[in-house]
Amino acid sequence: MTLSRIRLALAAMLLLLLSGCGYNTLQSTDEQVKAAWSEVLNQYQRRADLVPNLVETVKAFAKQELEVFTRVTEARARVGSIQATPELVNNPEAFARFQQAQGELTGALSRLLVVAENYPQLKSDANFRDLQAQLEGTENRIAVARNRYIKAVEGYNVTVRQFPSNLTAMAFGFKTKPNFSVENEREISKAPKVDFGQKGK
Amino acid sequence: MRVLLLLLLALPAWAQVAVPPLATRVTDLTGTLTREQTASLEQRLQSFEARKGSQVAVLLVPTSAPEAIEQYALRVAEQWKIGRRKVDDGAILVVAKNDRALRIEVGYGLEGALNDATASRIIREVITPRFREGDFYGGINAGVDRMLRVIDGEPLPDAAKPVPQVGGGLGQSLPVLLILAMVVGGLLRRMLGKTVGSVAAGGAVGAVAWFLVGAVSIAVVAGILAFIFTLIGGGAGRGFPGGFGGGGLGRSGGFGGGGFRGGGGGFGGGGASGRW
Repeated sequence: MTLSRIRLALAAMLLLLLSGCGYNTLQSTDEQVKAAWSEVLNQYQRRADLVPNLVETVKAFAKQELEVFTRVTEARARVGSIQATPELVNNPEAFARFQQAQGELTGALSRLLVVAENYPQLKSDANFRDLQAQLEGTENRIAVARNRYIKAVEGYNVTVRQFPSNLTAMAFGFKTKPNFSVENEREISKAPKVDFGQKGK
Repeated sequence: MRVLLLLLLALPAWAQVAVPPLATRVTDLTGTLTREQTASLEQRLQSFEARKGSQVAVLLVPTSAPEAIEQYALRVAEQWKIGRRKVDDGAILVVAKNDRALRIEVGYGLEGALNDATASRIIREVITPRFREGDFYGGINAGVDRMLRVIDGEPLPDAAKPVPQVGGGLGQSLPVLLILAMVVGGLLRRMLGKTVGSVAAGGAVGAVAWFLVGAVSIAVVAGILAFIFTLIGGGAGRGFPGGFGGGGLGRSGGFGGGGFRGGGGGFGGGGASGRW
């Protein structure tokens, strides 16, 4: 009887300790990171889904721009070849590779749009304009989703590193998660601007 | 010297254009619209919300620099939270007049009807041609008209019916309940004796759980747990500090009197931008 009482008291103490030492915060921030990451993946997938249609539409007006098409198609294939699972977040290397592949697709797509600028007929095509609006919207959603992911990871990582929740994190194997690096961020947000500058509107 | 330069470069990043507080559906910080025009737009948006439930707002600012219109519009959306909670059926038309840029920011719930392509068409075909001629009211008026018509075609929950709110969540109230059970249980036990105190604690916790969560089964389980805890626990409540009061259980009040308020709608960057 005494033993079971002690056990019960211990269990109760543990419960309190866990909620006091950030166990719940760890859980909820971890879940937030997962949700934010799913949204990022979701939006990247949405973009990848747009690519074939976009390429077909541009091809109809600008057949000779072969190089641009192959670049886009290749970049999309590379993006597709990476298994974009939620677990990717826990693997910094795979995460970096994923980032690079998506960055390449971003570059290739903006190049495609720059090329499209040279074809007035294409530019005034209703179908192309709708696709372009969808692509722009999706790029914006990606930016938003990435920002929210960055914030979610920030909150999570702080919890993992801060005392006393870092002890809880250690005990339960919560590790810091990789974030979008600033360099990467700059490169990705700069690429389209440079291209549009060259066009000399 | 270099530090100073860096500081100067970094300065614009801090000097973001503030998002104006939301008080009316039409906010014109540029003095472009006359009072009658604002009132008429406001009236239309208000009656639309009363009928359909969706909130639509218009914001005119001189500039959004140094941010792009997309970033600024999202900040506006995140702060204003236009649209009903969980339905996310809000939309905002943001015009940065001196930048000659505008954006239709669309809430999650409207992304199907007012999708990027449609929003872009409204901007390209309805709004910017009028803006180019300097007819700002005409452009906004016609654009809002189109937006409302598109949103009208989307099946959404009734305007009158309040959107069901998901309860505070058992996950959040459970630890509070447990602690409450232990503290109250310990007290009751000491005051009333082992058995009677345990029954009283079980009953009290069960009642509280029922009140908080609203499910009888959960309330019964919580009550039984509290009973057992008190019966065999004994004095476990002594060491706990106070201050575990029901934090996180409060619910923010909805619409206050007077001004216009966002309903708590979410945005994810959907919509389209344009220039003129």
